[in-house]
Amino acid sequence: MGTGCRAAGAEDVLSAAREAAGDRAVVRGTGCRGLCEKGPLVSAEPSGVLSCGVSPKNARTVVDSILSGRGPVEALLYRDARTKKRIAVEDDIPFYARQTRLVLGMNGRIDPESIDDYIDAGGYAELRRTLAKRTPEEVIDEVLRARLRGRGGAGFPTAVKWRACRKQEASPKMLLGNCDEGDPGAYMDRSILEGNPHLVLEGMILGAYAVGASEAIIYVRDEYPLALANAERAIRQARERGLLGKGILGAALDFDVRVFRGSGAFVCGEETAMIASIEGRPGEPVDRPPYPVERGLFGRPTVINNIETWANVPVVLARGGEAFARIGTERSGGTKVFSLVGQVANTGLVEVAMGTSLRTIVEAPAFRKTFGPLEGERLQRVPRGFSKDHPAAEFLKYRQFLAGVELPASFASDPRFYGRLLEVFRRVIPLARFLNEPLLKGGPWRQTET
Amino acid sequence: MPEHATILQALQDLHEEHGYLPIGEVKKAAERLGVPLSQAFSVATFYKAFSLVPRGKKIVKVCLGTACHVRGARELVEALERALKIRAGETTPDRAVTLEVVKCVGACAIAPVVVVGKRTYGNVSPQGAAEVVG
Repeated sequence: MGTGCRAAGAEDVLSAAREAAGDRAVVRGTGCRGLCEKGPLVSAEPSGVLSCGVSPKNARTVVDSILSGRGPVEALLYRDARTKKRIAVEDDIPFYARQTRLVLGMNGRIDPESIDDYIDAGGYAELRRTLAKRTPEEVIDEVLRARLRGRGGAGFPTAVKWRACRKQEASPKMLLGNCDEGDPGAYMDRSILEGNPHLVLEGMILGAYAVGASEAIIYVRDEYPLALANAERAIRQARERGLLGKGILGAALDFDVRVFRGSGAFVCGEETAMIASIEGRPGEPVDRPPYPVERGLFGRPTVINNIETWANVPVVLARGGEAFARIGTERSGGTKVFSLVGQVANTGLVEVAMGTSLRTIVEAPAFRKTFGPLEGERLQRVPRGFSKDHPAAEFLKYRQFLAGVELPASFASDPRFYGRLLEVFRRVIPLARFLNEPLLKGGPWRQTET
Repeated sequence: MPEHATILQALQDLHEEHGYLPIGEVKKAAERLGVPLSQAFSVATFYKAFSLVPRGKKIVKVCLGTACHVRGARELVEALERALKIRAGETTPDRAVTLEVVKCVGACAIAPVVVVGKRTYGNVSPQGAAEVVG
C-alpha cells in the first residue's frame, strides 16, 4: 500500500480482495515491495505466489483461484522479458532473486499501520535484547564492526559519528532522521518510512541508547503525506506500548520522537539547513565546524542520520556487526537500496550488497562480446565464511579468473593483427584493474580508518 | 521546543486552513509566538509550499523531476495549460484550479506523476491529464 501502488488503485484492490476472501483468509495491506513497475502487487502466503498488475475487477479471481487450490492466475504472474516465461513465486523472480533485502524484506509481510505485525515478525526483539544485554558502548562497537556508513549519500561511518556524540558532555542530546529526500528519482527513504516505520523507530531508539539522546525528530518532506501519516501513527503506537517515553521497556532510557513536516525546500535535506528549518528559520545552510554532533539542533549535540541508515541499525544488531560486514565490501558493510527509474524495464526499488562491481565488469556487453563468460577453475561450493546465498556467490567460487580470446597463428601475419591485439587488451583492462586493486598501494586493504 | 521555533509549523497549519497565507494571519502568528515580523516573512517566502496569494480550490501539481521529465512531463504541462486555459503557476479566474509545476515528489517509478490535492496519479498521459483535473 505504498504511494505508487495506491496511485494505481491498490486501495480498491484491497477492499475487493478482502470481500472476496471473507473469512477464508487474512487479507492485509502491506508496505512497498519495490517492484513498482508491476503494481498493484498481491502476494499469497505460504505459497509465495506473486500476482502483478491486479485490478479491483480481477482481485476476486486471484483470491478465489488461490484459496480454492486452483493455483495462481497465469495471466497475472510476472513474465520475464527475456525468457518470456511466467514465474509464480516471488523469490524466483530475477528482480527479487538477485537482491539481498535486509531492510526492505519485511515490507511485503507486514501492515505498516500495525505495530503487532511488526512485533510478530520479530520487531523490537532486538531492542529488548540490547537493553538487557549490551552497554551503549557495545552497541557502538557492533555498529563499527558492521562498517555501516551513512546511506544518505555521503557515507560517513555511522559509529564514528555516534562515538563523537557520545563523548559530548552537553545535554540533552538529540537525534534527527532525515527524510527530506529531494533528489529526483529517489524514493527509497519514502518507501522505508511508509512501508516499515517501526523499523526506523527501533533503529532510533537503539541509537538513542547508544549516544545518550533523549529526543528525536524525523523530518519528512511535505510531499510525502503517507510517510508523514505512517510515521506519526507508528510513534503513537510505540508510545502506547512503552517503547517510547519514560523508562522504555523498564530500562533507564527516556526517549521520545516526533515528526516535523517540511515545506517544499529541497535544500533542507542538508543537515544545517534542516536544523535551521526546525528552529523556525529559512533553510539556509551554514558553515561547519561546529558539526551537529557538537552543536546541532537548538545548540545541542545532535546525531543526524538518513532514514535508511536508521533502518539498518536493528539489522546490524540482530545479525551482529561481523556478519553484516561480510555483506558488502571491505570498506562498506551491508546493502544499499537503489531506485531504478526512467527508461528501464522493471522500474522500482532494489536492495543489493555494496560493491557489486565484478559482476558489472564481466557482464558488460563489450566484455561479453570479446571474451564470452568469465572462465577459470571453480570450487564446488562457496568458500568457508561466506553464505551460499551471498549475492556474489558465483564469483566467490572462482579460483582463477580467465578471460581470453583465441587468435589463430596465421592471424599473426595479418595487417589487422596489432589493431586487434590492442583492442582485446583494452577490453581486459577493467578486469585486470579490479584484480590488482587489493595489491595496489593505498588500496582498500590498507586500513587507514579505525 | 522554544515557542518561537514553532513559526514554521504555525504557518503550515494556517496555510492548510486558508489554502494560502493571508498576510494578517502571518502577522498575528508572529506576534503570538514572539517572532520578529521579518523572520516570519522570511520563512513564509522561503518555503515553496507557501503561497501568499489565494489559490484555487483544487491544486494540481505536475512533477518535472528527472524521471518524469524523461517520460514526457512537459507534454503533460502543456496539455493541462490548454485544458485549463492558464499557464503553470496561475489560478483559473473562478478560483477553481491552480496549476503548478513541482520538482520531484518521489513517485518516480510511475512517472509521469500528477498530484491533485493529496492524491497521486501515475503514468498520466496528456489525454488522461485533462480527466484527472476534471
